[in-house]
Parts: sequence; structure tokens; C-alpha cells
Amino acid sequence: MSETILEIKDLHVSFTTYGGEVQAVRGVNVTLNRGETLAIVGESGCGKTVTSQSIMRLTAGNITKGSIRFKGKDLTRLTEKQMRDIRGSDISMIFQDPMTSLNPTLTVGKQIIEGVERHQNISRHDAERLALEIFDWVGIANGKERLKQYPHQFSGGMRQRIMIAMALVCKPSILIADEPTTALDVTIQAQILELFKEIQRETGVSIILITHDMGVVAQVSDRIAIMYAGKVVEIGRRKDIFYRPQHPYTKGLLHSIPRMDSEEDELIPIPGTPPDLFSPPKGCPFVARCPFAMEVCEQYQPITTAISSDHAVDCWLQDERAKQVTFTGEV
Amino acid sequence: MTRSDKLVEVKHLKKYFDMGKGKQLKAVDDVSFHILRGETFGLVGESGCGKSTTGRTMMRLYQRTAGQVLLDGEDVHQLGKKERLRLTKRSQMIFQDPYASLNPRSTIAEILSEPMDVHSLYEGTKRKARIHELLDIVGLSPDHANRYPHEFSGGQRQRIGIARALSVDPEFIIADEPISALDVSVQAQVVNLMKALQKERELTYLFIAHDLSMVKHISDRIGVMYLGHLVELTSSKELYRTPLHPYTQALLSAIPIPDPEIEDKRERIILKGEIPSPVDPPSGCVFRTRCPAAIEICAQHKPEWKEIDDHHYVACHLLNKEKPMRKEKAMAVHIGGHDND
Repeated sequence: MSETILEIKDLHVSFTTYGGEVQAVRGVNVTLNRGETLAIVGESGCGKTVTSQSIMRLTAGNITKGSIRFKGKDLTRLTEKQMRDIRGSDISMIFQDPMTSLNPTLTVGKQIIEGVERHQNISRHDAERLALEIFDWVGIANGKERLKQYPHQFSGGMRQRIMIAMALVCKPSILIADEPTTALDVTIQAQILELFKEIQRETGVSIILITHDMGVVAQVSDRIAIMYAGKVVEIGRRKDIFYRPQHPYTKGLLHSIPRMDSEEDELIPIPGTPPDLFSPPKGCPFVARCPFAMEVCEQYQPITTAISSDHAVDCWLQDERAKQVTFTGEV
Repeated sequence: MTRSDKLVEVKHLKKYFDMGKGKQLKAVDDVSFHILRGETFGLVGESGCGKSTTGRTMMRLYQRTAGQVLLDGEDVHQLGKKERLRLTKRSQMIFQDPYASLNPRSTIAEILSEPMDVHSLYEGTKRKARIHELLDIVGLSPDHANRYPHEFSGGQRQRIGIARALSVDPEFIIADEPISALDVSVQAQVVNLMKALQKERELTYLFIAHDLSMVKHISDRIGVMYLGHLVELTSSKELYRTPLHPYTQALLSAIPIPDPEIEDKRERIILKGEIPSPVDPPSGCVFRTRCPAAIEICAQHKPEWKEIDDHHYVACHLLNKEKPMRKEKAMAVHIGGHDND
């Protein structure tokens, strides 16, 4: 059995706005195993980014309930100072937009070395050598020259490589990548995903990959958590999710994307839009868009049903009391 | 006079932007293709390849640098003011960003009315009924007419953008990345709507996007662009089955397929490096700096745009041999590409 490195339990995060309280994350349970890539998939506003930011305690929202356990500590209870020792050193993060996450007024070398000096007690000379090594490793040629350059002198793909270099320089045990290839072109995306695989092979780092692209997930993940309206509605091994999806939302998602390799003519969209999280529905959040919705779905939040040891779903249809229900037709 | 099957013809179109200091950005450099009446023509490529500039120049939102854009045989760029009005009634555009392309201070009714005002259509008492009809066509409710754009989701806004384009009963619609800003489950809704409208109203589409799997899904024929040039053009099925240009092959192989077993077995052609600057493009073939199969001639001469197979056009020096050789050669290029990664 694989070793758990991070455990999120019943996480609730909400934002206070003029319009009221937005409950962005509403009871997320997820574990991350050592050396695996866990993909968190969902559409905009589903809470996937807020969940990942909560791990780093970078969210602007309030963690109102729940725990995030890492190396015997609950990250939600650490002081800001303790958190700073963990960020970048034990857990680091890569963001979607590599241009806005780099400081345009500092050379990239300075930005990388800053992180090393903060966390490791080494000389500037050694820090520079380390930065050079990591540049070489993430595929940035002429490292010596490039370290002296500013972010605007790099292309989008190269900037993302710099971000990866910065994230890896202190050898973290967890890497959180929030839509790392969304802003990149496909041919560059292929390069970066290849780099992720190589990094994981060589360092054994555990990766949380946040994305909305099912193709990317099929390519690089070990396990997948599907999020919808602030909850994980289904979680399982990669092949469970793609070949044996149990939640109507997961099924709907898979049917609504076109495939390069198929000549099938019809896409089956999911009707409607996700619910408003100012006032989340009483029952299942997917009820309004679900073709199989039952009365119970409107009234009660579904409880988690285990399909197998590592495949679980939050859906009343899978509850043992609903055994007589069979799926008819395609979602 | 019989009308030609070709609704739109683009001939050797060039659009250069002046960068100052005598430099020019060659956004579109000698692009030719045609669009048949009632078909969907997809234009794909990565950022900066010139696909959007092509679309905009076709609408005359940009002045061309050279070449022609013919709509039913009439050169769009030579029309006078009045004639130009006639053009915009026949061809309309749908934009990428449903947030930026709707005026936040106008109601939906006002937004939909604007094109009709310009063309003096559905005036007076007919207007209200027309607005309700348009909303109905795109799957919105007539009650929505008096609301403002911020009250709608991204998918609904894109429906409003489509309704606005349809308001003057155009024949030709240029859709520039119409679904890129939308969530996956909503993308399918909008694409299905566009397909249904096309069937009902015999519309002709130019569908510009970077997402090749969606373009393949909606298009009859596809043109692949790279650095201002068309590198390959054929039917969407043929393009997927037998991509001939090394860039098309790499592009197709880079696109992830949402199927783990296929992904595990797949070999990718990983292109080295990044797209060169269109201000200072490589000599000869623009793709040669990243091409896994480049040979000497590629740096010296621009490859010719030629029909390699029936309705299958490619610009590549490696595909210059006699006809029977072509497919084989193409396969060799493909395999060569795999060996390189």
C-alpha cells in the first residue's frame, strides 16, 4: 500500500464578498500518495484552485473547517512563520500564467537564488551553482547567460520552465501545478508534460495537477479527483475514471469533449450551468443538470459510496439503497 | 449567371504590420484558400500563426497588404462605402471573448439591435418580435432582452454574440475562437448550436481555433497555419488520417487524447524549440528550424503550395516527388519524426 504524504479532510473554504458568503470549497476529502500524480479536474469555479491554494495557505478565503495533514502537522493550524518554512521548501507551486508569476523587474537568476537562500543555508556561490544545475535540468540552454536575463526576454514555454526550476530548486516533496500548460500552445504543452514525467521519475516528487483538460489528465495522472461545485464528486484511478465513471457528471464531462481519433459526429453537452455558490443547493449540487435526478437528490447531499478500494463516488444512484436503479441510455 | 460553389476565395493574401525602424511583422504571408457555400472551413494553428489576422483581414477589419479576398467574386477590399455595407450584411463575426465583445452598458435588446440599425432592417414594430425571435433561436428566453451582459454566464454571452451575428441574416460567419473561453461542458452546447443553425440557415462558417480536436469535429475542411503560412489543407478526416506536412504530424501528435490506454501506447513527436519571430522569419521554409526532417533545400527555397492528392494541399519540399512516391515519402517522414523524439 502506498504511503500517504498529504491528507485533506472535510475542508471548507469560504469568501466574504459584498454579495454575501461564497462557499467555494464545501467538504473536500482527498489524500495524496508519495510519488504519484493526482489530478484535480473540474470547470471554472468548482473549487479546484482554492483547494490547492489552501494547502499552501495562499487562499484569500477563510478555511472555516477541516484539516490538511502533512508530515504529522495540520497545515491549517500553523503560524504564518511556520508556513513560510514549508512553502517553496517542502511544498511548492507552479501557476497558470508564467508571466504574472515572475517579477518583471528582477533577473530570473535573482528570483531563483532568492528561494534557495531563504530555505538553505548555503553561500551565494553555491546557490548560483545550484540554479545553473536546475536550469540545465529543466532544459534551458546557456544557463549562465540566461540567469542574467529578465522574464520578458523569455518565451511562454521558457518562462514556465523557469517557474518549474524555481519550484524544484529546494527539492520539495510535493509540487502543486495549477493549470501549468493552459496558457501554452500544444506543441509546447507536450514538451512541458514530458518534463513533468521526467522530473517525477528522477526525484519521486508527488504532484497535484490542477486542470480542466481531460486529455492532459489521461496522459499524465495516476489518480483523478473530479470536482463539482466545491466538492469532490468522484475519485479513482485514472482508468476507473475514464472507463468506469460512476458519477453522471463525470460521464457527462467525458461525452462532451471531442476526440481527435474518433469520427463520431455528435457531442452530448451537459445542459445548464453549475449552481450558484452563494446559496448552494440543499441536496446534490448536480441535481439540476442530472438526467437521473431522483427526489432524494433534491433533499439530501449524497454520501460517499466506495466502488472499490480506491474508487469512490458521491451519488445517490450508487448508494446501496438505490440498487434497483439502472442507467438507461447515455448521459 | 450561375453562382459558383465557392462563396469565399482568398488569393495570395498578405497582411504585414509595420513595426517601425523599417521592420515588418509578416502576420499573413501569401495565403490562398476558398470556402464552399454551406461548408465549415477550419483554420488552425498555434498562437501567432496568423489565423486570427487572416479572419480579420477577410472581414476588412484590417487593410490587406496584398492579395484578394473575394466574396461571390467581389473583391472585399475594393468596395466603396455603400457596397461595404452590403458586405457586412452578408458576413458577420463572432469573437473569442464573450466578456469583452458585449458592451456592458447596453441591454441585450440594444446589443442585438445595433447591426439591424446599421442596415435598416426589421424597423419599427417588427424589431421587438425580431429580438425575441433571435433570443429564441439561440436558446435564450425573451425575458432576457432587457438585461445587461453581466447577468449572463460565459456560455449565455456567447449565445448572445451568435444572436447578434445572426440578426442581419448573414450567409457567412467568421467565428474567431468562439469557444476557447468557455468551460468544457458548455463548449459542446455552443458548438452544437452553431451546427444546428448552419443546417437550418445554410450558413457558411470560417471556424478559427487552436483546439484541433474541436476544429476537426466541426469542420468539413481544415487549413493548418504556421508562422503566417498555410502549410497543409484538406478534408478534416484526411487531415487526421494522413497528415503529410511534418508540422501537422507534430501538432496532431502533441494533442492529448482523453483515453488512458491510447495515451500510454502513444509515441509523440516532440518538436524542439519554439516558434520563431514573424518579424524575422527563417529563410526558405518557415518550419525548417523545428522540422525533424529538414534537408538542405528547405533553407534555400520556399516550398511550393501544391495539390499532392485530390483536394489535399501541402507546402513541403519533402513531398515534391512524382505522384506514386508521395504517400510513401510522407510515411517515411512520419516514421522519421518518431525516431527523432
